[in-house]
Amino acid sequence: MTLAIDNPIIQFKDVGKRFGRLIVLNGLTLDIERGKCLVIIGASGTGKSVLLKHIVGLLRPDFGEVWFDGRRIDNLDERSLMQIRQRIGFLFQMGALFDSFTVQHNIAFPLMEHTHKSDAEIDHLVKHKLTMVGLPGIGGKMPSELSGGQKKRVALARAIALSPEVILYDEPTTGLDPVRSDVINELIIKLQRELRVTSIVVTHDMHSAFKVADRMVMLHEGKIVYDGTPHAILEETDPVVRRFVMGEASEQDMASLNDEERSPSI
Amino acid sequence: MPHIIPEMPSVTIERFGRDSLNWLVAFGDFWRFVGHVFAWLRAGLSRKTLRLMPPLMYEIGVKSMPVVAITGAFIGMVLAVEAYNQFKSIGQENRLGAIINVSVVKQIGPVLAAVMLAGRVGGALTAELGTMNVTEQIDALRVMGADPIRYLVVPRFLVCILLTPILTIYSDILGVLGGWLVSVHGFGIPNEPYWHYAHAGVGVWAIMEGISKSVFFGGAIGLIACYKGFTCGAGASGVGRACMESFVYAFIAIIVFNFFFARLATQWYVALYGLKSLF
Repeated sequence: MTLAIDNPIIQFKDVGKRFGRLIVLNGLTLDIERGKCLVIIGASGTGKSVLLKHIVGLLRPDFGEVWFDGRRIDNLDERSLMQIRQRIGFLFQMGALFDSFTVQHNIAFPLMEHTHKSDAEIDHLVKHKLTMVGLPGIGGKMPSELSGGQKKRVALARAIALSPEVILYDEPTTGLDPVRSDVINELIIKLQRELRVTSIVVTHDMHSAFKVADRMVMLHEGKIVYDGTPHAILEETDPVVRRFVMGEASEQDMASLNDEERSPSI
Repeated sequence: MPHIIPEMPSVTIERFGRDSLNWLVAFGDFWRFVGHVFAWLRAGLSRKTLRLMPPLMYEIGVKSMPVVAITGAFIGMVLAVEAYNQFKSIGQENRLGAIINVSVVKQIGPVLAAVMLAGRVGGALTAELGTMNVTEQIDALRVMGADPIRYLVVPRFLVCILLTPILTIYSDILGVLGGWLVSVHGFGIPNEPYWHYAHAGVGVWAIMEGISKSVFFGGAIGLIACYKGFTCGAGASGVGRACMESFVYAFIAIIVFNFFFARLATQWYVALYGLKSLF
């Protein structure tokens, strides 16, 4: 079902993960190409974010292997993972900005941790990253003073602070109005073009998915049910994929709604 | 829809077994967490870690001073009120200073100051780290290649073990003054014999016993609060439950540790100096 890729940057080999009785990933195999934008779609709870967290070692698989740039990473300890993590930027769903730090300090944090740059150099870099995400001059603000869209863009500036090779986006447009969502989409495309990074976007926003994707993968019940181009997904005949792309409720969902209507009100 | 393995019908004994196992796993997990904290301490304190401490010292230390002062002062005052009549009935009210002050510096002062800090500081630390946990800020730290235990737990733990004894001394002083105020100015005990017996009853050993156990109380508060913050469940209810558990476990740890510490310290004292009577 999955595409074969030459020299992939990230590989999932028969990865399985469950939380208690809930099976989230069920023997998933996926190769991710360098320099392209992969969009992972799927209903809530199908393991999209779990998949993303395996790439940075925030979660470990119960079975199977995860590889990054030719090196197996699912068995590395936290200290060894630090080197890998510096090559990856992660945009969290809610931004995950540090509440007690200013915007400036948030973006400077990875630079202070992992480089020996002077304060002036870090200041200059932070300003540059903020300009890249279209928010120059807000370094002195606290995260609580920012709108949802601004928080995401500051979080993105922080994610690219160390000029990573891979950027992971976890639901980048969730909770934003359509205009702000499109700003984020344009930013993903811009960073992809300017920094020549590999982007992996987890989303269920189909408008966003079609706009940024070079390749689309759909997860369902812990497995890949579609792997191909955004164009070809429109021709897909699998009812699960079609319903998701078209945003249609399943017959099972409709039946449960009708059952609810028939049940006596309390 | 996610795959869910169907749940087998469980009986009471099975649930008891599962709960016991979960408790054991959590207990082991806590000690692994403690090991990780000490491993970072052993690896050496960096300037980065030390730079994080002053704001925490202000939050944990300076802001706790009013509640600790009130707790300490009223402990001393209430001890005077409770003990006065008994001492007066045997004509020994001049010796009130000895029993009040030895109780304050050895037992009630350190324990109640620690309990107060478990509520105020422990609750605040768990709420702060728990909120960082549920808003993925701790994951963000890890993703940026910073160890959250070194960055968040080590400075908080150090501040707790440094400041709890200082706050205990502060609480003790206020307790001693509170007891003196009620005894001398309230019940009219003469000043000179009050301090004479207080001095005779409270030796360096008693003071050091109170202060040294407060270091352990501070460590327990810091470690339990940080662990609960790091492992709290999702959402506001998860943070709320973690704060409650943080206080309860820290309280139990303080009380239980205090018992064993008192027993050990008393045995050592008697072995070294023999029994010291307050009368």
